[in-house]
Amino acid sequence: MGADENTIIRVENVSKTFSGKDGQVEALKNINLDIHQGDIFGIIGMSGAGKSTLVRCLNFLERPTEGHVFIDGKDLSGLNEKELRAERTQIAMIFQHFNLLMQRNVIDNVCFPMEILGISKAKARKRALELLEEVDLADKAKSYPAQLSGGQKQRVAIARALASDPKILLCDEATSALDPTTTKSILALLKEINEKHGITIVIITHAMSVVQEICNRVAIIDGGTLAETGTVLEVFSRPKSRAAMKLVYPDGGDTSVAEMKGRHCIRIVFSSNSSFEPVIGNMVLYCNAPVNILLADTRDIGGIAQGQMILQLPEDEQVAARMIAYLRERNLGVEELDGYVG
Amino acid sequence: MLAEFWQEYGQMLAEGTGTTLYMTLASTLMAYVLGIPMGIILVVTAPGGLKPNAPVYKVMDFIVNIVRSIPFLILLIMIMPFTRLIVGQSYGSTATVVPLVVSAAPFIARMVESSLLEVDHGVIEAAQSMGADNWTIIWKVMLTEARTSLIVGATIALGTILGYSAMAGTVGGGGLGDIAIRYGYYRYETNVMLITVVLLVLLVQIMQAIGMKISKKLDKRITG
Ligand SMILES: Nc1ncnc2c1ncn2[C@@H]1O[C@H](COP(=O)(O)OP(=O)(O)OP(=O)(O)O)[C@@H](O)[C@H]1O
Ligand SMILES: [Mg+2]
Repeated sequence: MGADENTIIRVENVSKTFSGKDGQVEALKNINLDIHQGDIFGIIGMSGAGKSTLVRCLNFLERPTEGHVFIDGKDLSGLNEKELRAERTQIAMIFQHFNLLMQRNVIDNVCFPMEILGISKAKARKRALELLEEVDLADKAKSYPAQLSGGQKQRVAIARALASDPKILLCDEATSALDPTTTKSILALLKEINEKHGITIVIITHAMSVVQEICNRVAIIDGGTLAETGTVLEVFSRPKSRAAMKLVYPDGGDTSVAEMKGRHCIRIVFSSNSSFEPVIGNMVLYCNAPVNILLADTRDIGGIAQGQMILQLPEDEQVAARMIAYLRERNLGVEELDGYVG
Repeated sequence: MLAEFWQEYGQMLAEGTGTTLYMTLASTLMAYVLGIPMGIILVVTAPGGLKPNAPVYKVMDFIVNIVRSIPFLILLIMIMPFTRLIVGQSYGSTATVVPLVVSAAPFIARMVESSLLEVDHGVIEAAQSMGADNWTIIWKVMLTEARTSLIVGATIALGTILGYSAMAGTVGGGGLGDIAIRYGYYRYETNVMLITVVLLVLLVQIMQAIGMKISKKLDKRITG
């Protein structure tokens, strides 16, 4: 890992051990990670893998037992309390359960980080209104969190997170408590923020669909270790580690990939609101050619129905291309798995 | 008959009510001045708190437990020298405020502690992630988020302290308790005692109603 100009978060040999009543838990083991300026970086792993611990190490809500975290080149472990608090104003965070102040109305929630920064009340309110406009909630400024839906609460949390003009936004399972449609809209909002404000986003999730939807790079955490890291395309089309295979091919990475033969293997990922059986059937009817289903699998990840299939398409290039076009038209994620040509 | 009764006892009962209210409100106020910081210290220094500090926590916890386990009347007699030192005498309504405060403060500290512990840890963590310091978290997150529960606690405290003040009346503390003992017990004037009981009940009811109304009004978690 050479020093990269673009690196905004560098995690160096980070380990975290919790010592509790029943012995010690090694939540993180020697993690090394580089996150670049402008990334939407996904951290994915099974429950208990250590994702939350890792993300909480990024703003030192959790102090690593060993190793260093550099934000913009600054070593967090070298900072005193006050400097650390100042640094945290630059690293915003949103949560699965939103964590809004229930006794403050929406606009006052958004003003809170600005109060911490000592920004004048008038200025803060003006900025808060702009932010609420941006997350499409200007009409709810005077409402209280208890009067909002989950998606609206997360929008408030996002507006609040932006209030301190952070350079990094950490999201710990920010969409796990939301339904698929709301999840999509929140992810779209995050993407917009990333593009518009150039904020680097780190997204913790256990749902593959989230990573696929917006991340450009991904790290897979398994049992406290970093199993794999790379671009989303790399990791998802050519998973190398067992943990990655387990996520990409939940039915067991050992068998499925090796069996694929033929030139046109594709992997289709179904988002929750697409019902896939008719789509494949219709595609076969429409293209008038058979496909070979090498693997079909659906499962429920965090309440989001997740499905994928690996299809072997006909040898005829034209037909294959038509099929891919047909699927893409229906908003399905299609990836060609040329790497596995047998 | 009723007019005669008022003629004879009305002014005394009114004064007694005033004295009882004075003792109750003054003690509650002062007990809170002590109890809130004590409760905050308990929460903040507890293991897993904002600034864990085992010695401070253990000492505070110990003091609170000890004082709370001394029955009020015994405490009142025990600290009479201290009371005399502060107010110059050990009887009368102002003197009663001292043991009331000493006895109620630890009780209030516990109620404040439990109210603050109810605050969602996630919200505190969110504030920390924004770079809030501990003072900001105590003032703007913990105390604010817990305010409904704190007011309910204060209502309970008022009722309890009113009861204690009546108890103090039996040993010369003044107020309605004093009247009840003097007339009901020593002079067998049962109707005077009954009236004081009715007045005490009314006071508790009124305070209870006001407290609940305020806490509901301030609770923004209730929709509709
Ligand atoms: N404060 C703590 N004290 C002791 N053990 C902890 C603590 N926090 C986390 N752990 C342990 O560390 C491991 C990783 O936990 P972590 O919360 O990071 O997992 P996660 O990947 O976020 O899981 P999930 O998807 O369920 O949120 C778990 O075994 C957990 O029990
Ligand atoms: Mg977690």
